[in-house]
Amino acid sequence: MIPGPFEYHRPTTIADAVKLLCDFGDDARPLAGGHSLIPMMKLRLATPSHLIDLQALEALKGIRREAESIVIGPMTTQHELLSSQIISKSLPILHEAALVIADPQVRYRGTIGGNIANGDPGNDMPALMMTLDATYRLVGTDETREVSVRDYYQGAYFTALEPGEIMTAITIPVPPVGHGYAYEKLKRKIGDYATAAAAVILTMSDGKVATCSIGLTNLSETALLAEDAAQLVIGTALDDATLKKASAAAEAIMSPAADGRGPVEYRKHVGGVMVARALKRAASVAV
Amino acid sequence: MANRLSRIRLSRRNFMVGSATAAVAMPLVGARAGSQPERPSETIRYTAPVKLTINHQPYELNLDLRTTLLDAIRDHTGLTGTKKGCDHGQCGACTVLINGTRVLSCLTFAVMADGREVTTIEGLAREDSSLHPMQQAFIDCDAFQCGYCTPGQIMSAVGCVHEGHAASEGEIREYMSGNLCRCAAYPNVVAAILQARDETRKA
Repeated sequence: MIPGPFEYHRPTTIADAVKLLCDFGDDARPLAGGHSLIPMMKLRLATPSHLIDLQALEALKGIRREAESIVIGPMTTQHELLSSQIISKSLPILHEAALVIADPQVRYRGTIGGNIANGDPGNDMPALMMTLDATYRLVGTDETREVSVRDYYQGAYFTALEPGEIMTAITIPVPPVGHGYAYEKLKRKIGDYATAAAAVILTMSDGKVATCSIGLTNLSETALLAEDAAQLVIGTALDDATLKKASAAAEAIMSPAADGRGPVEYRKHVGGVMVARALKRAASVAV
Repeated sequence: MANRLSRIRLSRRNFMVGSATAAVAMPLVGARAGSQPERPSETIRYTAPVKLTINHQPYELNLDLRTTLLDAIRDHTGLTGTKKGCDHGQCGACTVLINGTRVLSCLTFAVMADGREVTTIEGLAREDSSLHPMQQAFIDCDAFQCGYCTPGQIMSAVGCVHEGHAASEGEIREYMSGNLCRCAAYPNVVAAILQARDETRKA
């Protein structure tokens, strides 16, 4: 339970942070809230020899509206997401999701950037970001890239983020006023990763689904976008037969690992149940 | 920060020579017939001065950078009220307040809290040594059995009330969910928080 030795750096500008990350390459890890990285370091699953603590980078904090998007600084904590009027008004699904992440102590330190950047399939925010079609800004020494969330997650803990790059902004297009939303998460206890979870954003028109997007958490090596399932429900009133088909279409792309949360068959089954529940609840809050 | 760090190289071999008991004990543990002992790998240790204010008392500690805030508090200041449960952010026994917000001291390296104000269970009692209303309520309501999780429960309870998350029993249960009690004294913990809520707001 003692991490490997490391040197500690606390840069005060993004440029300094990028330089440190670039100079040390694979030996360096950025440290946000530390609530994923420090447990991994204690288990020696991660042994960075340089920790680049981002806490002094004010430019990476905060939530603001820019035209038709919400821009969130990666160092914004889950607690700050929960306290934000902008989030509860424009992106209420993020408020709902942040409430089921870990526990209050963890939410004070855990950041949205830490939750999405390292590619942990158990984390909740990646599926939310996929459902909301977010874009991540990645800054390196020579280049600033805007990477679509769809291209970011490549495997468990394997992402488009290169050594020497840092995530500086998360841009989320604001869903239409009156959209329906729900994040259904099945977990064994408070604080646990999802056994299965589904995020839904949809709009309704004349009692039928007009647009729909479905994201899945912890049901594969990365968060997933259940595109076929979402396509199936468009134009329907979400009757039982449609919900069944949508669940089955979502289950078809799931490949969860068997672990303490249950065998593969069980996790896929409850994954389908979460999809149906999230669709129904999203439709019920849509205007 | 970086230029304040000093770098101390310490080989395990030198350490062993200096530590007679370890030198005697190790061969007994590690010996395998016929096999050469593995050459010990070099251990690198990085240290840094860390300034913390704990319960209004300033401390300047010279710490191995790997030292968690929890270990710094317990092992380097003698304040052993804060407990190490899982050491992994699951149980909440190590909860302290940093600048007024409750955090898990086991998932915070001490160096990350450099310059901050930390409040531990020892810092709750009033100047005349009378108990904080939350401490008194835990006694009154019998809100513990073995007591191991209690310092963390009380620190978390104080944070919960100050955050404004103690309006109802349901809300208290939700916002105290980061603190596990293996004896399951939960109903009494909730009762204690309800009892001490108003006085804690004033405290």
